[in-house]
Amino acid sequence: MCYAIPAKIVRISGDKGWVDFGDGVEREIILAMVEAEVGDYVLVHAGYAIQVIKEEEALRILEAYQSIFESEDRG
Amino acid sequence: MIPDLREILKHYRDPRLAKRLVEKIHEISKDLPEVRIMHVCGTHEWTITHWGIRSLLPENVKVRAGPGCPVCVTPASDIEAAIDLAIDGINVVTYGDMSRAKGSRMISLEDCKALGGRVRIVYSFIDAVKMASSNPGEEYVFLGAGFETTAPLIAYEVSKGLPKNLTIISAHRYVPPAVGLLAESYDLEIDAFINPGHASTISGMKAYKEYFERSRKPMVFAGFEPIDVLIAIYIILKQIRENRPEMVNEYLRSVTWDGNLRAQRYMFEVFELMDGYWRGVAMIPESYMAFRERFSSFDARRRYGLEEGRGDSFHAEARCADVIKGRIDPPECPLYMKTCTPSTPIGPTMVGVEGTCRIWAQHRVMGFRCHGGVCRFSERS
Amino acid sequence: MASAEKHITLLHGGGGVYMHRLIKDYILPRIGKHRRAVELPLEALADSAVMDGIVFTTDSYTVKPIFFPGGDIGRLSVAGTVNDLCVMGAEPLALSCSLIIEEGLSFEILGKVLDSMKTTAEEAEVDIITGDTKVVERGKLDGLVINTAGIGRRSPLLDHNLERVRRSGRSLSSRWLTASNIRDGDKIIVSGPIGEHALAIMIARGELGLQAPSIGSDTAPLNRLMEDALRAGGVVAAKDPTRGGLASLLNEWSERTGLGMIIHESRIPVSDQVKTASEILGIDPLELANEGKLVLATAPEAAENVLNALRSNKLGRDAEIIGEFTKEFDSVVVETEIGGLRYLPMPLGDPVPRIC
Repeated sequence: MCYAIPAKIVRISGDKGWVDFGDGVEREIILAMVEAEVGDYVLVHAGYAIQVIKEEEALRILEAYQSIFESEDRG
Repeated sequence: MIPDLREILKHYRDPRLAKRLVEKIHEISKDLPEVRIMHVCGTHEWTITHWGIRSLLPENVKVRAGPGCPVCVTPASDIEAAIDLAIDGINVVTYGDMSRAKGSRMISLEDCKALGGRVRIVYSFIDAVKMASSNPGEEYVFLGAGFETTAPLIAYEVSKGLPKNLTIISAHRYVPPAVGLLAESYDLEIDAFINPGHASTISGMKAYKEYFERSRKPMVFAGFEPIDVLIAIYIILKQIRENRPEMVNEYLRSVTWDGNLRAQRYMFEVFELMDGYWRGVAMIPESYMAFRERFSSFDARRRYGLEEGRGDSFHAEARCADVIKGRIDPPECPLYMKTCTPSTPIGPTMVGVEGTCRIWAQHRVMGFRCHGGVCRFSERS
Repeated sequence: MASAEKHITLLHGGGGVYMHRLIKDYILPRIGKHRRAVELPLEALADSAVMDGIVFTTDSYTVKPIFFPGGDIGRLSVAGTVNDLCVMGAEPLALSCSLIIEEGLSFEILGKVLDSMKTTAEEAEVDIITGDTKVVERGKLDGLVINTAGIGRRSPLLDHNLERVRRSGRSLSSRWLTASNIRDGDKIIVSGPIGEHALAIMIARGELGLQAPSIGSDTAPLNRLMEDALRAGGVVAAKDPTRGGLASLLNEWSERTGLGMIIHESRIPVSDQVKTASEILGIDPLELANEGKLVLATAPEAAENVLNALRSNKLGRDAEIIGEFTKEFDSVVVETEIGGLRYLPMPLGDPVPRIC
């Protein structure tokens, strides 16, 4: 699956790292293709991190639409 | 204070936001002629089917799955080549669903295993590497199907060096040219695209620029949460209504214009793009990842004298090709959920984890007659 | 070539379509007719049979690994059989325990398993009154297999519970809790979060490269919880969602009753850890086995009371009304969290073998 799940880096060791998918669900993955630090969230696909996810970016589109709807509600 | 990412992501499933988006989708598509949207990612089809998104869309907005399933588009001859190697005593290693796809002799690697062929299933390429390392006396061939989401990992491992007894049949394909082909197809009449989210995280939006400019059809890069898809559909409809096609990135948290440059470097260091055949679709220019000459020692095609992949070889009555291309929905195939089911699959679209027929079958979708497949008793005619 | 039709495969033990077909098409026809009157016969495919006031059931346990977070094969073998009795509306009385032990199993392991059986039996307030022990050669069996058969009698609370149902003027097909009592409009309640047992087992096997310390099996005897529900009254049918999970159970009920169902996904209790782990593994929590949960069908007006009764018990703290039976659909339909509709078909089989 192209399905990729966000996980937080808890440990780095060279090209590899351990990530936490939440509540202690952890897995070892390859970090060679992203520039990331412990504490960053990464998107994990098939055993490697394909992207670092920034919270601000995750909020951006949500906030855009939420504000559209709010302004509509206000009339 | 910015909340934790996981808290933010929960909003991408927010029922109230979904309701508002659905209302806006209905509003903006009123009086529009039928809008045909295509996506090219099995995971988008999963999201759409699993969350029941089609049941929320207006009658005149249709979303259809294109060839977004790597197992489905792996040519029949590649499967045959792998089967022959397995029968010859070479360990053929691949993913579970790939092992169930049938080639031109109407058997799969899994069938071949039951007949004594040497076939091993793994969840990831790393497991294949481990397997080959632990058994240096035997030969291993990995049948690698996937798009640019998967290829970088293979390339990375190759660039670090593999055990000498492991080679790879690359069946990897590159999605942007396929979108290009579909965008210009007259008979498919696609109005807009939901572009892949993770494949384009790797390749970048830039890889689609030429195809957008040639076709001038709306292209929205979408994430895989239900809100992502609803926003993408809304953006597309707005563009169509205003006759203002654009490339838009909805998946801001993952997709960028340039994409993942490191992954691209690994991928294009090891592979080069050649013309390649997509099973069920066509020969698509520069859409197939072949090993570069200097990495030919990892290429199983070189080692065992295998040809480039070609051939459909579908069951005579099956309409796999039409499903793969997105010309029909699975129930329009006469075999769907009759002789071809997830436990008795006939074509690759019922076998691939990202196959449209399989995803629909797992959700018992029998047709669009009502609510995107779920019929109430009172609505039956 | 091993095909599903010629040989038994692991799919046949998976609790889904294959297993149902195996039982219906191969096993039942060969068992033959009953000599004596059996109130709830084999063909009813209920969790227990009833004959002469005795409620009787049996189950075998092959779970691997033997010890897992939240439980072990011993606890499972007692709780599972107790639960098969109490979902009929029976009060479990006693169990038999048949051990088939692989040569070489350590006394330490056997001791721990037996201690666990004792503790669980005490929790359920049942006695283990008879048993058998066999030892097979090394390699012929994986460690340990336990069979427990259980007997019970009609719960003193069952008549009161059914009386609540009859109050609304409705008649009952059976004087036990069975699917045949279910009617259009009946509510469906789940006693707590799903998917924990199956995931605990899968992760304990260590094959998935996944660590999840907070997921533990929910294995527990449910007879006291069931009593709380009966005291509230209005329960018409009950079952525990073991192999094949909630999806299998709901589809079975739909098939038996000929009714459809609407299930509200947002109301199904699932822990965040189970959600996360399932997404990573690409499996549906609705198809995962549970060993400490009840699914109850209740008369519509009784649902709230039963829910509150469950929630007052530690084991039912997170109970929810998740949906209802309806003639509007012909099978199980899920209303997704975002308001869309999709079918929930019968699963083919458990994602993983030897789950219980």
